[in-house]
Amino acid sequence: MDLRFLDEAPTAVERDAVDAVLGPPESGWDGGIRQDADLRYARGGHASRERRDLLLPALHAVNDRVGWISRGALDYVCRRLTVPPAEAYAVASFYAMFALHERPRRVVHLCTDIACAAAGSGALRDRLAARLGPPGGGHGPSRGAEAPDAAVTWHESPCLGLCERAPAALALQAGDPARYAVAAPAVAEDVDALTGGGPGTAPGPAGSGNGHHPGPRTTYASAPLPGNRPEPAPASAVPDAGSPDHVLLRRIGRVDPLSLDDYRAAGGYAALREALRIGPAGVLREVNESGLVGRGGAAFPTGRKWSATAQQPDTPHYLVCNADESEPGTFKDRVLMEGDPFSLVEAMTIAGFAIGARTGYLYIRGEYPRALRHLENALALARERGLLGTGIMGSGLDFDIEIRRGAGAYICGEETAIFGSIEGQRGEPRTKPPFPVEKGLFGKPTVVNNVETLVNVLPILLMGGPAYASVGTRDSTGPKLFCLSGGVRRPGLYELPFGATLRDLVEAAGGVPGGRSIRAVLLGGAAGTFVRGDELDIPLTFEGARAAGASLGSGVVLVLDDTADLLATLVRVAAFFRDESCGQCVPCRVGTVRQEEALLRLRSGASSPDRELPLLREVGRAMRDASICGLGQTAWNAVESAIDRLGLFAEPPSAPGGPRATVEDTHQTAAPESGAATEEAS
Amino acid sequence: MRSDDSSTLYDRLTQPLVREHGELRPATWPEALDRAAAGFRQGVERHGPNSFGMLSCARATNEMNFMAQKFTRAVIGTNNVDSCNRTCHAPSVAGLAAAFGSGGGTSSYAEIEDTDLIVIWGGNPRFAHPIFFQHVLKGVRRGARLFVVDPRRTSTAEWADRWLGLNVGTDIPLAHAVGREILHAGLANETFVERATTGLEEYRALVEPWTLTAAEAETGVPAEAIRELAHSYARAERAQLCWTLGITEHHNATDNVRALINLALLTGHVGRHGSGLNPLRGQNNVQGGGDMGAIPDRLAGFQDLLDPGVRARFEEAWGRPIQGSRGRNLTQMFEAMETGEIRTLYVIGENPVQSEPETHKTTSRLRALDHLVVQDIFLTRTAELADVVLPASASWCESDGTFTNSERRVQLVRKALDPPEGARDDIEIMCELATRLGHDWERPSAERIWDEVRSLSPMHRGMSYARLAEHSGIQWPCYSEDTLEPSYLHARLWSTDPGERGEPAPFGIVGHSPPVDLLDEDFPFRLTTGRRLDDYNTGVQTSGFSSPLRRGELLDLSPEDAVKLGVRDGETVRVTSRRGSVLVPVSVTDAMRPGLVFMTFHFPDQVDTQLLTIDATDPIAGTAEYKAAAVRIERVEHAEEARATAAAS
Repeated sequence: MDLRFLDEAPTAVERDAVDAVLGPPESGWDGGIRQDADLRYARGGHASRERRDLLLPALHAVNDRVGWISRGALDYVCRRLTVPPAEAYAVASFYAMFALHERPRRVVHLCTDIACAAAGSGALRDRLAARLGPPGGGHGPSRGAEAPDAAVTWHESPCLGLCERAPAALALQAGDPARYAVAAPAVAEDVDALTGGGPGTAPGPAGSGNGHHPGPRTTYASAPLPGNRPEPAPASAVPDAGSPDHVLLRRIGRVDPLSLDDYRAAGGYAALREALRIGPAGVLREVNESGLVGRGGAAFPTGRKWSATAQQPDTPHYLVCNADESEPGTFKDRVLMEGDPFSLVEAMTIAGFAIGARTGYLYIRGEYPRALRHLENALALARERGLLGTGIMGSGLDFDIEIRRGAGAYICGEETAIFGSIEGQRGEPRTKPPFPVEKGLFGKPTVVNNVETLVNVLPILLMGGPAYASVGTRDSTGPKLFCLSGGVRRPGLYELPFGATLRDLVEAAGGVPGGRSIRAVLLGGAAGTFVRGDELDIPLTFEGARAAGASLGSGVVLVLDDTADLLATLVRVAAFFRDESCGQCVPCRVGTVRQEEALLRLRSGASSPDRELPLLREVGRAMRDASICGLGQTAWNAVESAIDRLGLFAEPPSAPGGPRATVEDTHQTAAPESGAATEEAS
Repeated sequence: MRSDDSSTLYDRLTQPLVREHGELRPATWPEALDRAAAGFRQGVERHGPNSFGMLSCARATNEMNFMAQKFTRAVIGTNNVDSCNRTCHAPSVAGLAAAFGSGGGTSSYAEIEDTDLIVIWGGNPRFAHPIFFQHVLKGVRRGARLFVVDPRRTSTAEWADRWLGLNVGTDIPLAHAVGREILHAGLANETFVERATTGLEEYRALVEPWTLTAAEAETGVPAEAIRELAHSYARAERAQLCWTLGITEHHNATDNVRALINLALLTGHVGRHGSGLNPLRGQNNVQGGGDMGAIPDRLAGFQDLLDPGVRARFEEAWGRPIQGSRGRNLTQMFEAMETGEIRTLYVIGENPVQSEPETHKTTSRLRALDHLVVQDIFLTRTAELADVVLPASASWCESDGTFTNSERRVQLVRKALDPPEGARDDIEIMCELATRLGHDWERPSAERIWDEVRSLSPMHRGMSYARLAEHSGIQWPCYSEDTLEPSYLHARLWSTDPGERGEPAPFGIVGHSPPVDLLDEDFPFRLTTGRRLDDYNTGVQTSGFSSPLRRGELLDLSPEDAVKLGVRDGETVRVTSRRGSVLVPVSVTDAMRPGLVFMTFHFPDQVDTQLLTIDATDPIAGTAEYKAAAVRIERVEHAEEARATAAAS
């Protein structure tokens, strides 16, 4: 760290945005005005460097306020935090949602990922291109004539986690406060409205409550960008909301997600009280006996992870809630956070209590503005009522939660990359061992859990571990959320006890529309595997999927009917991995590029399967064997299963599925979002 | 005087040169060696052995340094041997030796990584000691707090938890105020003070006037910051106090060192794992050169030359009596050149013309010699004045031997390259000269020389080459081949047994003496000097390498002064001291405060900083006050600048 600062100054607005996060500067040495006292004395060192984790929030603050991060703003953030500008640039440029060149304040993110592409995002893309020009360029229809607010640019986006309402688009607009609007399912007029071309574009008063609770200050204004339809309630994602069979989703649609009182009236905070009664050892026992395994994809026993961390002599311990739900096709955590945010706050508090953590970090992806707002509100209310902070519920428990927002990097859902991102470094995965339970966030013992995993802890404490374990099958206990999207009548989030088959799930969603048949089902998202339409009897359990040579991953069930363009889907998957590879290790950095190139050659007809398939297999094997993390290790899964299982390129039947399936077994659950498959207790 | 090209390429010397009709011309080795030897012989015959002086090389191996001092003592018969350690850390050696009986840093690198508080006082190791600083950073990453005391907010200070920006030359008031605060706060380590020190009451009286307020007035450091330093240092369970040339390049440098040592004595931060006193040495073997006896008052292993018993062992080994009085140190040798007491000088790998203060004076003194032999790998400015120039090998890669680093660790150096055709190994050259002077020295192997060192120096005795290889270096002392001593020195001071404890360490009773070169209306700016990251000393070894950071010589100036003087970054100004004047471009930087300016001495061919510096020297160690000159700064008319540029090229 040698501080070679830039000689560009921040604007007053940029300075103000940064100071709102970091507080005012202390002296001339950290960005303030040089005073006489500064000539003789400086503080810094550990105190400054220990705030490095505020780098990402500070960058967000600038990006949220002015829409991009100028050199002056970057330099100011660096002075405030004692970070070399080169390092801060490396961090800022790591994330897709940050711009380091001036751009319009409003950015439309159009999802072109698998589910949305199947639902017709192509037409919307053409419309945006016609209105605004190619992605990234863009301007408002009335640029210059009106406020700069009207200026707009657009990008194609990886999955926005709105698959049940595909095709989806999200508009984010910098300002004070920042605002957003969601259109899903989006039609042409919606997209026009997102670009500011619709009726009533005059901006409303900043942060106007619009009839909502006057709640705490949140990052995004509660009202959507003017001119856009309000987003449907979170419960709209759950077709059978209110079902008496629901455990995890039981409050969705039945409580006001912004009201702590409503949450408590619906049984909230009973589990925490139980946890305080039985003590940390009791919680660990119940969670162990419940048989709960991680729902992010790696299916590692949660109780073992918690116990291993709780035992670590090194302190402090940390809890990280991985809400960086970015696996294409996944939206379950979004629905939970939007529809029942207090349950996550309560579950994190219990987890922190059990593992001896005083701080929990809730790392939420940057494309979830409504979930962010609901959680910010929930944390503020919980603090207000003494349910976070010191002496929680009159006990000796001290625990609080900090939200950290991602900025458009799939890899940050990998369980070690998330540490780098929170710490203010590039979100690059780390080699294991050491495992997070030993050296995780800030090098300290850390539990990383997915949102759904944590929320399961509430019923475990209320039912008792053994009772919970009696739900589902012997090896897959409890209820499970499935993100069903694509060619079914009622896509959405479904909760089923483990043991149901793929057919049960598809039927619960009303089956496929008349005249259609299922060509393939993508299980587990982009990092998952395809199964054929005639394999619907696969049990949706960890062991059942494994036996079938597939994986549940994060619970994605994406149905492609007979009209789907499979090769185009594969190209999109390959493009996704190429785009999201962090570039740290060679097999993944190079392999994901080569994989996409080969598929593009096949699609254009420039080459033949005879030539490309051996190459794809070789590249795929190299990525699987030699990549540092789950991203590279699984980047070839979907392509491989499309070739071998679906027979996409009509290979001779001599390629047997058997041996290949065993190979898959050891790798397929390594979706980055899940924490890697190699994870073990230490 | 100023050229736009700040890098100077030196070509390796591959042929001896001799002076004829005032000019250097190529010569054969036999001719050059004969000429060199004849000059020395003549000098000794006419003026006695004490008219000879040897400047040995702090970058060459221990073996070379041992042979150089042996040449001086056994072949010529004088103790006039010294090296450039005189211009940097001789005061540290003198101060530490006065307190503890031996002159090395007391801790090890591993302990810097394993301490609670690191104080770096008068040093910028981030630039000047980058390897050592990596150890500091490891310590910092493991939680150690870092205090930096320096007039400039250096890049080292940017890493620090606290930076105290004192006035140049006010280290003693600051140290005394810290000591007083420790005493008044009841934070002195009474057990250690009672057991291992003498003179506390005198010290108490000495520091009593230095209240925080008085110290703030003198040093410019806020009283609260001084209090913070005092309490942090005294309360730390382990603490390392490190210093560099900001302490030693002053006219009262040894006093400065003593003032810092006092703080360790007061708090017991010495003689324990993780607590110690560390002068950071600036050259790869500046520690080893002194250890080998290439200094005028000590024989190999820091053995006192004045002790007849010590001398007797060397005399027996060398078959030649050794003079029983101290020789002249480097500073005294230069003074003696002026008075004609030094007539012949043998310079190995040193460049005093550009490293000594007041260049003009140094040059005229060297010109006054009867006979100057320079043995170097390049034709330096000093070599240009020589009567005989002998092309040498580069010790670090072209010869076998050992180096001793700042933590007293002796490490093997292995020959990786043959010297270029025509250049010869330093030791081989000395042997040739010795033989010509009547001592039949055969060229011994490095290991044989080392074994001779081991036989004469108890603290090196246990370090065979085999063992050095096995342990990747061994720290002195190492008395036997069966044992390794602790990584820190002076554990004896903590012993409850007075016999084992030995001599107690006295508090240094030293007063404040401001810089000699006073500021006044004509010379209102304080100029201090130092290094930058990518250049080394006079640039002979580094200027041939390109660096993306190098901007050539610059005058670092505060933004406030830049406004006041009306100069822009990059603009050339005239800097004038009471001794000389140079043209130098300005670099405006926040690291400086009004009234303080900074230059290096890396680019003597572009800007000869030593024209400005003062040769006021420390009476004990002979180190000059490079750190404090009084200067004025004037804008230069473009015409003058152009003239100067034209004249330089």
